[in-house]
Amino acid sequence: MTTITRAGHYGFRQVAGMEWIKLRSLRSTWLTLALTFAAAVGIGAAVGANTKGVSNHPDLTNNVLGGIAPGLLLTGALGVLCMTSEYTSGMIRASLAAAPNRPLLLAAKAAMFGAVALTIGEVASFTAFLAGTHTLPGRISAPTLGQPGVLRAVLMGGAAYCLIGLLGLGLGAVIRHSAAALGVLVGGVYVAAQFVAVTAHQVQAFVPVLIVGNSLSTTKQLEGTLSPWAGLGVLSLYAGVALGLGGWLLVRRDA
Amino acid sequence: MIAIRGLTKCYGATVAVDKLSFDVRPGVVTGFLGPNGSGKSTTMRIMLGLDRPDAGLARINGHRYGELRWPLHEVGALLEAKAFHPGRRARTHLTALAASNAIPQRRVDEVLEMVGLAGVAQRRAGGFSLGMAQRLGIAAALLGDPAVLLLDEPVNGLDPQGIRWIRELLKTLAAQGRIVFVSSHLISEMALMAEHLVVIGGGRLLADASVEHIAADANSLEEAFFEMTSGTTEYPDHKAKQR
Repeated sequence: MTTITRAGHYGFRQVAGMEWIKLRSLRSTWLTLALTFAAAVGIGAAVGANTKGVSNHPDLTNNVLGGIAPGLLLTGALGVLCMTSEYTSGMIRASLAAAPNRPLLLAAKAAMFGAVALTIGEVASFTAFLAGTHTLPGRISAPTLGQPGVLRAVLMGGAAYCLIGLLGLGLGAVIRHSAAALGVLVGGVYVAAQFVAVTAHQVQAFVPVLIVGNSLSTTKQLEGTLSPWAGLGVLSLYAGVALGLGGWLLVRRDA
Repeated sequence: MIAIRGLTKCYGATVAVDKLSFDVRPGVVTGFLGPNGSGKSTTMRIMLGLDRPDAGLARINGHRYGELRWPLHEVGALLEAKAFHPGRRARTHLTALAASNAIPQRRVDEVLEMVGLAGVAQRRAGGFSLGMAQRLGIAAALLGDPAVLLLDEPVNGLDPQGIRWIRELLKTLAAQGRIVFVSSHLISEMALMAEHLVVIGGGRLLADASVEHIAADANSLEEAFFEMTSGTTEYPDHKAKQR
C-alpha cells in the first residue's frame, strides 16, 4: 500500500484539542463546576444577607468571597480525576499512543483544564461578589470593585480555583490512583490547615486554603499572612511543583 | 517492517521479556502466540513506547514509536478492551483521539460504520459489552488508516460472528500491504487467521516461521505449540499482570 506523507507533525494544538474534547464530554466536569459556582454564589449571598454590622467586619469583600474555599475542594478533586481517571480506565495508553510526547500531553491537559477552571472560577468569584454585596442590609455600605484592592481580591479569588485545580492535576499525575491522590489533596489543602492552625502558627501563612482565604481574597492584609501577590506566587509554586514532578514521573514511568 | 532486537524487560527479579528478536513483515497477518504471561503484552507495550525496555530496541519502519510524526496515521493499536472513560460516548471517545492527530470527524463516522457501532455511537461506552468494547478499540486503531496494526488479543469477548468478521478484516488489511501483528493465546484462532507466527514462552522466542512450517513437524499447530511451550508455562509473580 502507498503511504501518504503528511506535512509537519502533531503538536500542542492537536493534543490540546483532544484534551478539550475529553474534558467537555464528561457530565462530571459540568456537574462539579456547577456545584463549585453554586457554593461560591450561595455562600456569598448568605454571608451578605446575614451581615449585622460593619464594626466587627472590616473586610466585607473577604466575607462575601467566603464561599470560594469550600468550592476549591471540588475543583481540586476535578483536577485530580482529570488525570487519575486516565489510569483507572486504561485511557492513558490510548492517549499516549495517540500523543507519545508525554510532557506535551500533560501540558495540553493542564492548559485546557486550567483555562476552564480559571473561567468558571472568575465567573463564580465575580457572581459571588455581586450576590454578596447585593444582599447586604441597606444600612451597610457595600464594597465596590472600584475601591482599593477589591477588584484584585475578586480576581485572585477566581484564580485560586485554577491553581488548586492544577495542584490536583499535578498530584493526580504523581500518584495516579484516584483515592490516594484525593486523600493527599484534601489532607494537604484542608486537614493540614486545621492541624497547622493549632500547632504551628509560623507556617500557617503557607497552607493553601489559608492563602486563598487570608491573602488572595482580602483587601486588608492581616498580621502573619502573606501579601496577595506573595500568596499567589506560593500557590502557583505549589501547582508548578506538582505538575513538574508529575511530568517528570510521567516520562520516567511505564504507562 | 517492525524490527525487535534483543528486547529485554524485567519487573523486579522477574524477566518478562528475555532477549527477544524478530521481524514483522507487511502483506500477511503475523500471529504473536504464547501462553498467558509469556510476555506478549509487555512486548506490544514496548513497541508502542508505553513501557521502556531494560535492553534492546523496537523499531517501526526504522523509528522508535516516540519519533513518529503522526502516530495514529502510522500505527493503529489495540492494547486492551475498555481503554476508554466509561462516561464518554463512543463517538466522542473516537473524536477526541482523532483530534490529536488532525483526523477529520468524517473518518470517525466511517470507522464506526466499519466496526458496526454506528447505531450505538451516541451511547456511553461504559455500558458496552466486552465485544462492543473490542470493536470500539478496533475502530480507534483504524482511525488514521495506518500502515501498521498492532492488536493485543482482539478476539477476546467477540462472538463467533465477531471473530469471523475480525479475521476477514485483518486478512483484507494485510492483503492491502499493511503490517498486521496480532497476539493471541488461542492456537486455533491463530491457525485460521495468521500466515506467519512468532511464538514466545517465558519471554523468549520459541519459533518464528510460517504456520504451515510450524504445523508440519507435528500433527497439528496445537501439538507443535504444546511441544514448544512445555516448560515455559510456570506463572511467575508478574507485576505487569496486576495492573
